[in-house]
Amino acid sequence: MIEVENVHKRFNHQKVLDGTSFRINSGSVTSLMGRSGAGKSVLLKIMIGLEKPDSGAIWLDGKNLVTLNLAQLNKIRVRFGILFQEGALFDSLNVRENVAFPLKERTKLSDRQISEMVDDHLEQVGLLNHGEKFPSELSGGMRKRAGLARALVTKPDLVFFDEPTSGLDPITKSTIYRLIQKTHAQREMTYVIISHDIRGVMDISDEIMVLNDGQIVAKGKPEELSQSVDPLVRQFLTGSPDGPIKID
Amino acid sequence: MKALLMMSTEDNSLIKMALTVVSGFLSQLGGALIMTVMALKSFFWPPYRIREFLRHLDFIGSQSAFLIIITGAFTGMVTALQGYNGMHRYGAESLVGATVALALARELGPVLSALMVTGRVGSSMTAELGSMRNTQQIDALSSMAVDPIHYLVSPRMVASIITLPFLACIYGFSGMVGAYFVSTSYLDIDPGAFMSGIRNYVDISDITHGLIKAVVFGLIMSMVACYKGFYATGGSRGVGVATTKAVVISSVLILISDYVMTAIMF
Repeated sequence: MIEVENVHKRFNHQKVLDGTSFRINSGSVTSLMGRSGAGKSVLLKIMIGLEKPDSGAIWLDGKNLVTLNLAQLNKIRVRFGILFQEGALFDSLNVRENVAFPLKERTKLSDRQISEMVDDHLEQVGLLNHGEKFPSELSGGMRKRAGLARALVTKPDLVFFDEPTSGLDPITKSTIYRLIQKTHAQREMTYVIISHDIRGVMDISDEIMVLNDGQIVAKGKPEELSQSVDPLVRQFLTGSPDGPIKID
Repeated sequence: MKALLMMSTEDNSLIKMALTVVSGFLSQLGGALIMTVMALKSFFWPPYRIREFLRHLDFIGSQSAFLIIITGAFTGMVTALQGYNGMHRYGAESLVGATVALALARELGPVLSALMVTGRVGSSMTAELGSMRNTQQIDALSSMAVDPIHYLVSPRMVASIITLPFLACIYGFSGMVGAYFVSTSYLDIDPGAFMSGIRNYVDISDITHGLIKAVVFGLIMSMVACYKGFYATGGSRGVGVATTKAVVISSVLILISDYVMTAIMF
């Protein structure tokens, strides 16, 4: 279980997170939604220890990640898998080397074992025949699938997805969501998805949270949220420009 | 009274601006020095990144060699011509070889090869690291529990420090070949006089001073390039700005440190 407790973060004079608190249950698929610029990605960076909050705590198995030093944090990070927005594949490595990278860095597996695991994961994401290609030779969807293979190859306990389908066509989006569902069904991992793709996350999430003005303003199962009468949630779900959320 | 108040307000804002500039410079200098110490220390810690290190040795050293040979040869040739122009007036043409050799060993070899490498390699280092920062590749490394300074900065820095003295030697040697060619075939200087001038006037300390300078220049170039790239923000424009700043700052620091080292080792 991971718990975010009263997290505050501001950049210069701009308040991004204002007492954000929530809890994510082990083995669940939880989606965090919000407008662009609502602070979702900052929250993700804080949860994985890439950014320090001004105050507040991130609890994981009784440890506050905010107070850990780098060595202690790295021991926890080996349990994480992260799919970054654009895949964040290393330009100088091909797809196979990218997927093998965390295994080579974190484990003492033999080259043969690593190769088998890489093949297995590339097959799962449909990139087995593209292993020798470099990131610059891949489409956006292929980059995300390769990033997904790299995020899952170490069999992490907790996987974070930062906008896994942004900028993709509807078919590729569905493919990515199906892959997320399929891999989650295979292993008991906790998935945290950060997205503003309402329709997509509704289908695959156990729980959805809505972040607005730095706070969680709504939280519940997808069906509960879709029946919510809260004007803010309704506006967010319908995507209407009229309502309590105003675009500056 | 009002004029006095206005003046003191203007003074205050000037002082504030100066303090901001100075504190900004000091914080960047401190950041770059901390990164350098961390990178050099962690190079000797496992896991040893031999493949990355060799890749950078090749990029900084082998792939710069042709550029260094060409620029070195022409520098030697033009120095011989200019040297002859001065020496000829005093009938000391035989000293052209010694003059060119001293200039190449002590100054031109280390300084110009460092400036050439800054243009070719320093800019590339900053652009590559800056692009990695902006596409979250550095975040990805950290999130995989891989120290990005150990993985990205250490091999680049150590490869630069090792490679620059070799490139300075190549620069000097090709410069001497160019100078010999111009002196003997175009300026009609006796080959024996050219070579004996070098033997009589060039000391081993001239070469070691040049090599010490090259080591320091390699450190400066890689420190500035890696720091500017590693912390580049603002998308592709930010990477462009960081790259320009890295090349300008490295070049200026190389010339300043050259003077300081020359004054110390003179």
